[in-house]
Amino acid sequence: MKTRKDASHSHQKHIPKPRRNPHWGKEEETNIFAERVKLFRTGKLSEDDFRRFRLQHGAYGSRLQMDYSMVRIKVPGGEIFPVQLEKLASLSEAFSIGSAHVSTRQNIQLHWVQLEDVSEVMRGLVEVGLTSREACGNTIRNVMCSPLAGVCPDEQFDSTVYSKAIARFFLRNPMCQNLPRKFKINFACCEKHGLVRIADIGLVPMTKDGSQGFRIYLGGGLGAASFIGYLLEEFTSEEKLLPTCMAVVRLFDRNGNRENMARNRMRYLVNEMGWEKFQKMVLKERSIVMMTTALSTESMFNLSAEEEDQYLPKENRNGTKLRMFSEPNSSNTNAYDRWVHSNVIAQKQAGYYTVFVTLGAGDVTANQLRVLAGTIRELSMEGAARNTPQQNFAIRFVNGNDLPEFFNRLASVGLSNPGALTITSAVGCSGTTSCNLAITNSHRLAKEIQYKFLELGLDTDDMLFDSTIKISGCPNSCGQHEIATIGFFGGASRIGSVMAPTYTMLFGGSAGERGELGRVVMRVPAKRVIDTVLNIIEIYRKERGEGETLRQWIDQVLKGEAIGSIRDIEDIKRALAAVVQLPPVDQQPESYQDYGSDVRFTAKTAKGECAA
Amino acid sequence: MKSKRSLSMDSQKKETLSGRGSGLESEYHSTPDTVCDVSTLSVLIRKKNVRVVDVRKEEEYAKEHIPRAVSLPLAKILEKESPARCIELLQDIGVNEDLPVVTYDDTFGALAARVAWTFQYIGHQHSSILEVTFSQWKNMGFPTEKKSNSYKWQPHPLKINQSIYADLAYVEKASSNKVLVDSRERLNFLSEHIPEAVNVPYTMLRADGRVLSKGDDIRRLLQNRGIDENSELVTYCGSVGTLSGLVYYGLKLAGLKNVRLYARSFKEWKALGKPKTEFKDANYWDLSAE
Repeated sequence: MKTRKDASHSHQKHIPKPRRNPHWGKEEETNIFAERVKLFRTGKLSEDDFRRFRLQHGAYGSRLQMDYSMVRIKVPGGEIFPVQLEKLASLSEAFSIGSAHVSTRQNIQLHWVQLEDVSEVMRGLVEVGLTSREACGNTIRNVMCSPLAGVCPDEQFDSTVYSKAIARFFLRNPMCQNLPRKFKINFACCEKHGLVRIADIGLVPMTKDGSQGFRIYLGGGLGAASFIGYLLEEFTSEEKLLPTCMAVVRLFDRNGNRENMARNRMRYLVNEMGWEKFQKMVLKERSIVMMTTALSTESMFNLSAEEEDQYLPKENRNGTKLRMFSEPNSSNTNAYDRWVHSNVIAQKQAGYYTVFVTLGAGDVTANQLRVLAGTIRELSMEGAARNTPQQNFAIRFVNGNDLPEFFNRLASVGLSNPGALTITSAVGCSGTTSCNLAITNSHRLAKEIQYKFLELGLDTDDMLFDSTIKISGCPNSCGQHEIATIGFFGGASRIGSVMAPTYTMLFGGSAGERGELGRVVMRVPAKRVIDTVLNIIEIYRKERGEGETLRQWIDQVLKGEAIGSIRDIEDIKRALAAVVQLPPVDQQPESYQDYGSDVRFTAKTAKGECAA
Repeated sequence: MKSKRSLSMDSQKKETLSGRGSGLESEYHSTPDTVCDVSTLSVLIRKKNVRVVDVRKEEEYAKEHIPRAVSLPLAKILEKESPARCIELLQDIGVNEDLPVVTYDDTFGALAARVAWTFQYIGHQHSSILEVTFSQWKNMGFPTEKKSNSYKWQPHPLKINQSIYADLAYVEKASSNKVLVDSRERLNFLSEHIPEAVNVPYTMLRADGRVLSKGDDIRRLLQNRGIDENSELVTYCGSVGTLSGLVYYGLKLAGLKNVRLYARSFKEWKALGKPKTEFKDANYWDLSAE
């Protein structure tokens, strides 16, 4: 197995070289896709066969309109280049709705693409080295990596190349083309940042006695039933990274449930089998993999091939750890200061910063993408962006002196909103804007929350900054509501005699290695969600202990150990009882409608394609 | 520079090569009725064998325009859109039946297309749009000038070309071979459109740095969609036929022979209360970051 070469460079260059074409895409697949569409349209290919093929190539059916697709573009490790952003801009204008969408798993999605045009989108992706292959379907989905990998002051080493090499190894690999269900692999940078315990395989880089390796978690995942992953062993050495991943995939492929669509993710297998048994099987399978894997197979896992030939500033090893947040906010009258405060963090490389670009629930226009691409080219030393699971972009290696210029360029296209790293930057899956399974318009709600909270200046309150709001339009958790401080998932409830869109509210979820799942608190009508959260913040401000953040207070409430008049969940429910009440429908019909709709609410859904 | 293939649909069209240093590789044929490439236009201007028509606002023309261009804003054409009035406008800028006309704008080619189509409709055979916008022309380093140009009146007969025109009756007439092409952007189309129309947004037919893609590429898009080359295509858009004018030229460029413009477009259709297909089951507008 090839190991990673030492990437030390003797001198620094100031203008990043354009990145190499990463060649994730394949030209021939575009032609095959176009042909299959024609066969399907002329009845020569069955609907079931075509659907499986379509999903394997990253095209998902759109809400109640199967003539349109959502094309999910994989961004392995979340790393995306300016030329790719520009291509996505053009493709979104030509074939989609003029906006692209950053997903919670670092994909970029183009919505409402006519099925017959998907091959053209794929053709454009190939030109810039991207692919939608295996972005949907029962395969290994986009391999995630913490957007701070390589710059995080708390990380042991940069896991980016590992994420890309693992993605490369499994892409189009025959061993994972027809798994019982989708399979997700997430890399972290440190114990805090990363979705490692809600993935089928979650990996945290660590060193032991000077050698690199990982703490690997297995069997986690969010969905209608969610589980937190289990630690396989204290330390998995770099040499065992690939065999471990292969072993887990093979076990899942052999033993996973292929009958019951609702319970065939690997987490159910682990749960039914029991962790100890599963753990033993993985370790045994790994020995077999290590003994039997051909060298030619091993060589497909090539770390050095994923290395970027970039000259980047080195970290200052002798320096003290840098704060992840810039100086406390002195005044919020200045838009630039306010933005720096909540969107910019110091890297472990002194003098360099990571800038988070605030989007609204992941949406970005073609024009914004173009300006962003130009800004990255000129102002990021690594000449790339990272998609974040919070549906924003992170642009790293920005020189501190360039931050005002960076801000001005973002401001020129409406991208300079503050709050990217705060409670204001609500996450929302696509909901009823495009998804068959959605019951509510979670996407619009996330945007409404962001708009309202920025208007109220909640991004400037440092006591709220470590709290998150995440919203899904159904119980299936694409909005990752279970790892939010305050999470919501959509449903429909009868209120009086009328159906209304409602959300189930959860408290106390968190990401990272010590991640926990949120606990259900109560149901809230869609049009009461904003007031409810504001109410919670108001109560918290009255009740909190000295220096206690909102997140910490909520944890105390969950434990029943809060010190004020609100001690536990039951107290909170009582305190919120009034705000979640709706007046009769004839007095306030709009309260019974969903966001973005002026007609009576009905819970319309169709069959999901996740497990097809 | 790659070699070029000729359009299979039209063998008598001559191939032209463009050797611009801008990296823009033109594969347009300087056909009289579709799109004029920048090198061909440069040559024609030098030979004084073209009428370049600037369809932007008069004040924009006054600031700067393509050499020898004459100003004829789209608004003037639309003012009283009678064929008799339009032929007068054409005569007033000194265009006879044989002089090629090339129109341009700074609005991704849609205004230019609408004017060029009007000239074709009233009987001018050699009416094309420039392959780039005015800004792109300038950025590529081609010359511009400030002086205002006018040309001597020329006679031009009025011969209405019904074969490129569609009115309401034509759109409504049942025909198995007819394809209505909605040229508006996807979100507008999803909101409401003429029943049975297909959506080919004008944005789908353009290329980076040019107002329209190459004919071959457009043809491939249409083949993917299963649109037969022998179909009667009728383009429409939201109001006065600009976006659909551009799509009209895109389809012509792809070599389709039977293309018409429904100039009064969806605006008239809606105003008359004609049936619409609306898709109300999704909140797609909320996905836009606009």
